[in-house]
Amino acid sequence: MTSPVLGKDLLGLEELSAEQITLILDTAEPLKEISERTIKKVPALRGMTIVNLFFEPSTRTRISFEFAEKRLSADTVNVAASGSSVSKGETLVDTARNLEAMRIDMVVIRHGASGAARFLADRIKSNVINAGDGTHEHPTQGLLDLLTLRDRLGDLRGRRVCLCGDVLHSRVARSNLWGLKKLGAEVAVCGPRSLLPNAIDQMGVQVFDRIEAAIEWAEALNILRLQLERMQGGYIPSLREYNRVFGVTRERLDRAPRDILIMHPGPMNRGVEIDSDVADGPHSVILDQVTNGVAIRMAVLYLLAGGLPELAEAAKG
Amino acid sequence: MTTPALLLKGGRIIDPSQGIDDVGDVLIENEKITHAGEALGEVRRDGGLEVIDCTGQIVSPGFIDVHCHLREPGREDVETVATGARAAAAGGFTAVCAMPNTDPVTDNQAAVGFIVRQAQRAGLARVYPIGAVSVGQKGEALAEFGEMVGAGAVGVSDDGKPVKTAQLMRTALEYARTFGIPVADHCEEMTLAQGGSMNEGIVSARLGLKGIPSEAEEIMAIRDILLARRTGGHVHLCHMSTRGSVELIRWGKERNIRVTAEVCPHHLSLTEDAVEWYDTNAKMNPPLRTADDVAALQEAVRDGTIDLVATDHAPHHYDEKEREFADAPNGIVGLETALAVVVTHLVVPGILDWPTLVDRMSVAPAKVFNLPGGSLRRGTVADITIFDPSAQWTVDPDRFLSKGRNSPYRGKRLTGRATCTIVGGRVVFKADGGGRMSDVG
Repeated sequence: MTSPVLGKDLLGLEELSAEQITLILDTAEPLKEISERTIKKVPALRGMTIVNLFFEPSTRTRISFEFAEKRLSADTVNVAASGSSVSKGETLVDTARNLEAMRIDMVVIRHGASGAARFLADRIKSNVINAGDGTHEHPTQGLLDLLTLRDRLGDLRGRRVCLCGDVLHSRVARSNLWGLKKLGAEVAVCGPRSLLPNAIDQMGVQVFDRIEAAIEWAEALNILRLQLERMQGGYIPSLREYNRVFGVTRERLDRAPRDILIMHPGPMNRGVEIDSDVADGPHSVILDQVTNGVAIRMAVLYLLAGGLPELAEAAKG
Repeated sequence: MTTPALLLKGGRIIDPSQGIDDVGDVLIENEKITHAGEALGEVRRDGGLEVIDCTGQIVSPGFIDVHCHLREPGREDVETVATGARAAAAGGFTAVCAMPNTDPVTDNQAAVGFIVRQAQRAGLARVYPIGAVSVGQKGEALAEFGEMVGAGAVGVSDDGKPVKTAQLMRTALEYARTFGIPVADHCEEMTLAQGGSMNEGIVSARLGLKGIPSEAEEIMAIRDILLARRTGGHVHLCHMSTRGSVELIRWGKERNIRVTAEVCPHHLSLTEDAVEWYDTNAKMNPPLRTADDVAALQEAVRDGTIDLVATDHAPHHYDEKEREFADAPNGIVGLETALAVVVTHLVVPGILDWPTLVDRMSVAPAKVFNLPGGSLRRGTVADITIFDPSAQWTVDPDRFLSKGRNSPYRGKRLTGRATCTIVGGRVVFKADGGGRMSDVG
C-alpha cells in the first residue's frame, strides 16, 4: 500500500515537507480519543499484518507501536533480534525478505545501524516505518514531540526549542531538529562540544555552550538521554560533572525569565541530565509525550495503510 | 621462437618520457619497441608483420596501477591474480602492483613468489607484488624486505592499515633504502578514525554516521613526511583525499624530502554527497570528501604535487556490500573505469592535457616504483596502451572482467576507453568492434 500523503515509508523527518508533518499531527488529533475509551479498539487496520522488527532492545517504543497497532485492529508479530534467525547470522535483507514472503503489510524496524530502515525500505514492497535507526532518525518520536509542543504552544512558528545533551549520538535530536525547523520553530542545541556534531554550525541551529544560556533563551527544553556508555567512550569525564555543568535542575529553571516546558524522550537518568524535581515538576510534559506517542503511531500506521487524513475521524467507527 | 613484428599505425603517439606528441607509427619487434615516432611507410619483416590501425586513437606507454587489491590468496571468490590482471588489461593497464593484505599476508619471499607465479600463469597484465612492512601486517616486527625484493616485490606497505607506529615507520624507511624501494603508507590515525565510515562533516552529521576527519589522514601524512626527512627514505603516500594532505606534500617536496603520492579516480570525481541514501558503493577508506578537497586534488595532480593516479581497486562480494552502511566493507573496483573517470573529470573539463594524463598513469608510476615501462623509447619493453580518447560509454559493472561489481559509477556515462593493451609486445586485450570488451589473452 502506498499512502497518497506519505508515500510508501516513514523513514525520517528530514525528507518530509511541513505539509506532510502537519497532516500527520492533524491525523493524530482525532485518534487520541480512542485510547481514552473503555474499549480501545477501532477496525481501521483490520486484516493488516504488521511485524515489529526490533534489532535493539526497546520497551517504550515497541509497546507504543504495539498498542497503536492493536487499537487499530492490526495483526502484529514482534520479532526481537535475540532468539531469532538474526542471532544465527542471517542478514537484514534475508530476514526482511523472509518476512515479506509471509505476505506482511508493514514492518516497523528498530536497528542499531544508521540507514537500516532505508536499506530495508528500498528492498521490500511492504511499508517500512523507522522506529529508530542508529544515530540517524527516530521520526515517530520527533512527531510525538512536535504534537506535544503544539498541544501546549499552538503554532510552532517562531517558538524557541532547545535540544539538550548528546546531540551527536541522538536520533531523537535529528528528527526533532528537522521537524521543528520545518514547522518554523527556532531551534538551538546545548551540550558539551564533544557530544555535538562537529558540523553543527552548518545545521541551521543556534549552539549554547552553557545550559544557563539555553534556559534563558528557550520556551521548551527537550532533554536527551545521556547514554552511560558515552562516559566509557571518553566523551565526557563523569556523569557527576555532566550533571553539575549540563544538568537541568530546579535551581537553574528558577532563574529562567519564563516557564519552560520540559520534555524528555526517555528513559530518563534522574540526577544526570535531568533532576527528579524537574521531571516530576509542574512544567514537565514527559508523560504527555508518551500518551501522544500512541496517537502519533496510530496516525502514521493509518496513513501508510492508505488512510486519508480527512477521514481519520470517520475511521474511528 | 620468433613472434611477428607488430606495427601500430597512424595513432597519436604520446610519450611524455621523450616529449613526443605526434601522429605516427610504433613498431614492436621481439617484445621491444624499435620505433616510436614518424610514420614508417611500408614495413616488411621476415618473421611476419601484424598491423593495428590506430587512427583516431592515442598510443601511449602502458598504464601502471601501483595500488590494487587482487585478493589472492584468501579471497579468490572476489578476485584472483588472473581475474585482476584481466580486468587491468581491459582498463588499459599493462602492469599493476598487488597490495599485500591477502590471507595469509604477503609478508615473505614465498608469498611474493606465489603472486609472481600466478601472474605469469595468467599471462595478462604484469603483476608486481608489494610486500608487507611488518610480519602479518601487525605493526610489530619488520618483514624481510630483502628476500621479498629478491622474489619480485617492488615496494612494501601495510596497506589496509597504516604503518602502526612512528618508530616502525622510521625503521622501515631506513631499512628500505638498502633495496631502493618505497614504503607506501595508508595514512590514517586510527584513534581518530576508529568506527568512522564516511567523511566527517555535514553529511555524516545528517546521516548519523560516524565520520572520519581529514586530520586522521593529514596527521599520518605529516608523520611520514617528517620521518622521510629524518631518514632520507622514500615514502609513498597512498590514496590521498584531502586538501590538507596536498598542502603537506607540497611542503615536503619544496624541501626535497623524498615523498611521492597517489590519488584515486574516485577522490578526483566524487564527493561525500555520493553517500546520501547510504550507498555502500560509495564507501571506501579514505572516504569521499568535499568538493573543495576534490578541487585541491585535481589541481595537485595537474601540477605534479601528487605524482600519479592509482585505483585502490578493491573488489568485494555483492553480499558484503548489500548491508547496513556502517557494517559494509570499504572499497570499490576501479581498474576498468579509472581511465574514463580521469578523462571525464580532468581531461574533458581542461584540467589535464593528454600528455599529463599519460604521465600520471604511466610514466610517473614507473618512475616512482622503479618499474620497467613508462616509456616508448627504443629498446624499452613493449608495454603499450592504445585508447580511444573520445569513446563514450555507460558503465555496466555486470560486464566488468573483474569479479567485483562494487562500483559507484554504475550507469554513469563516461568518456575515454582502452581499445588495445599490449604487454611485452603481445596483445592481451582488445575491444571488439561493437565496443564490447573481450580478452584475447
